[in-house]
Amino acid sequence: MSGSGEVVGAVLILIGAIFSLISAIGIVRLPDVYTRSHAASKSSTLGVLCALVGTLLYFLISDGFFSIRLILGIFFVFLTAPVAAHVICRAAYRHQVPLAEQSVQDELKDYYMENEIFVVEDKVELVNDQAK
Amino acid sequence: MIFETVLITALCILMLAILANLYRIVKGPSSADRVQALDSIGINLIASTAVFSVLLHTHAFFDLILLIGILSFIGTVAFARFIERGVVIERKR
Repeated sequence: MSGSGEVVGAVLILIGAIFSLISAIGIVRLPDVYTRSHAASKSSTLGVLCALVGTLLYFLISDGFFSIRLILGIFFVFLTAPVAAHVICRAAYRHQVPLAEQSVQDELKDYYMENEIFVVEDKVELVNDQAK
Repeated sequence: MIFETVLITALCILMLAILANLYRIVKGPSSADRVQALDSIGINLIASTAVFSVLLHTHAFFDLILLIGILSFIGTVAFARFIERGVVIERKR
């Protein structure tokens, strides 16, 4: 009985670790912030979910122990990883981090130019002065 | 025996992933790159904590998984606000 739990846990954990490595290779190789966020959010989340589900199934099958805390951790990671990636990308775009040279289209730029949402450097300093 | 070998291999792969993220933190041209790689390191740490708890066959680290997840998310949001507005907590004026 404990042998099948070990097999399921080991396979899922190995798959999760390999997905994490693929996402790290994507973080090193891709050209700019916006493309790198694909690697950093999607495949990394899938890797950690595989590892956590493998841990859950291992303890469930071999011990008969069902951990609510682990379910909560899976839920929380699944909820917060896309939000964090979106927040970072929005901050980068408002701070005018340049796109890669291979980029062909920037549809958000027109909207941001019309509404003047771009953060200008002296405005940031102004906010800093008022905070003091 | 094979089970423990697979788990240690998974830990080594996760370590390689963290090293690749550290390369991006050192080299990253903008601060958003660095924050992104730090967030990814937090996620890898969660995975390696889960692997450790299987390897040591203990339930004690499950709280730690939740804690690392929450702290990593809060840190990422705070850094993003700092990049975007220059302050983390805005005071009422």
